[in-house]
Amino acid sequence: MEERMSLIVFSGTVDKLMAASILATGGAAMGLEVEVFLTTWGLEAFRKGGYKTNMKISKDFEEYGPVMMEQMMAKKVPSWMENFKNAMEVGEVKIYACSMTMELFDMKLVDLEPIVTDVTGVATFVERAKEGRITLFI
Amino acid sequence: MPDLKEITIDKEIDARGSFCPGPLMELIRGMKALPVAGVLAVLSSDPGSAKDIPAWIQKARHEFIGAFPEQGYTRFVARKTH
Repeated sequence: MEERMSLIVFSGTVDKLMAASILATGGAAMGLEVEVFLTTWGLEAFRKGGYKTNMKISKDFEEYGPVMMEQMMAKKVPSWMENFKNAMEVGEVKIYACSMTMELFDMKLVDLEPIVTDVTGVATFVERAKEGRITLFI
Repeated sequence: MPDLKEITIDKEIDARGSFCPGPLMELIRGMKALPVAGVLAVLSSDPGSAKDIPAWIQKARHEFIGAFPEQGYTRFVARKTH
């Protein structure tokens, strides 16, 4: 088994993207190979520049949204995008865009944040994830 | 744990007020920039650092000198071994 952590990022809300980015950072810091598969709303969140205006919070906790955003700004918590960039800086992190979502949303790799490594299909991702130790759906 | 006064710290990074995994990331960056045998100190007020920082140092096979509690924060000291 490879020392690999695979994250499937389906959600596009800031709270879940934050969790995914911190997990990716922890994995990278501890020397795991981290692979992130962006699909559906998770991929939409990586549209170029989109993270700057994304204020969405999980529907179940919507009422906490404004307070959470305020706290994150007041305490200068790095954005989830910064976390992913930091993770790439300290370790081996690859971020893949789901090809099916790309077609569905008419996206090209150039429309996405430059930290997205490549486009891949689900089969390739699963094939690689099955050799890993940790796989999480967020 | 050795006496802090007896240790020569080559570089100190103030990561107080930075959140998990911020202080650890500062430590990793600091270690990369430090010459071998250099001693790095990171100040952290994040309670996660107490376990995260020694775990990383062990994983990266550097030498953990100690965690020295101060008022409201901890000074983590490590030596780069390779």
